[in-house]
Amino acid sequence: MGVRVELGRRYQFAASHRLHTDRLSEEENARVFGKCANPFGHGHNYILEVSVSGDVDRATGMVANLADLDNFVEREVIEVFDHHSMNEDVAAFRDVVPTTENLCIEIFERLKNFPTAKLERVRVQETSNNSFEYAGENGRERL
Amino acid sequence: MVLITRKIEFSASHLYHNPAFSAEENRRVFGKCNNPHGHGHNYTLEVTVAGDPDPVTGTVLDLKELKDLLEREVMQRMDHRFLNYEVAELKGQIPTCENIARLIWELLDPKIKKGRLHRVRLYESADLFADCYRNGAAG
Repeated sequence: MGVRVELGRRYQFAASHRLHTDRLSEEENARVFGKCANPFGHGHNYILEVSVSGDVDRATGMVANLADLDNFVEREVIEVFDHHSMNEDVAAFRDVVPTTENLCIEIFERLKNFPTAKLERVRVQETSNNSFEYAGENGRERL
Repeated sequence: MVLITRKIEFSASHLYHNPAFSAEENRRVFGKCNNPHGHGHNYTLEVTVAGDPDPVTGTVLDLKELKDLLEREVMQRMDHRFLNYEVAELKGQIPTCENIARLIWELLDPKIKKGRLHRVRLYESADLFADCYRNGAAG
């Protein structure tokens, strides 16, 4: 039985969101989301951890070339979210509440086609007290 | 099952260079990590062991034994060393975070008798780390 090696990389971005859904009344929104439903939104410094797995290339010692991973994450996630309003600027959150649970899923979907290693999971830290992880639809055993 | 994690820190230097590559290829693939005289990091190692607490002692393992094992296998081998030149097991490999983590897994796994090695996580910096798991096991 061998060993599975994963490469983990941490990124940061700052973004705003408002937790609110038209499917609930204003009172219910306030009850469910509390301060997070305040009408003009608020922001966080998010920390994103991306883990990919694969064979360690004998010539380079790497699971994935860091520059390739960084460029991919920059294009697919950082440019999309950093210094943006998720509700206003990210199409996926037009009708979906941008909770960090949903953000994890959206980021996983954006990164799952990374070409040179297998995306294992993403972890998003909203504040130093809250973090969320997702490993894809059938990813329970990879958490 | 309970997971128990022990953390240690060590400092070491390394460089990335593959003699089969041309100078240009080495520079393109490895960037600054290819600088000829090397550079160093403060590595943080987290070793996680899985097991059931002993009904009498309430412990999965003797933490002192794990601490001694990490001292023997990791600290004495790697702390304040130049990984390319002073760690025999890394000869012929590029001492990336992935390869160092895998070596640590291979050094520790057969020597952990109480509980079972679950994860080795090695941070090269706060933004870059490698994880090792038993193949086929839950992440």
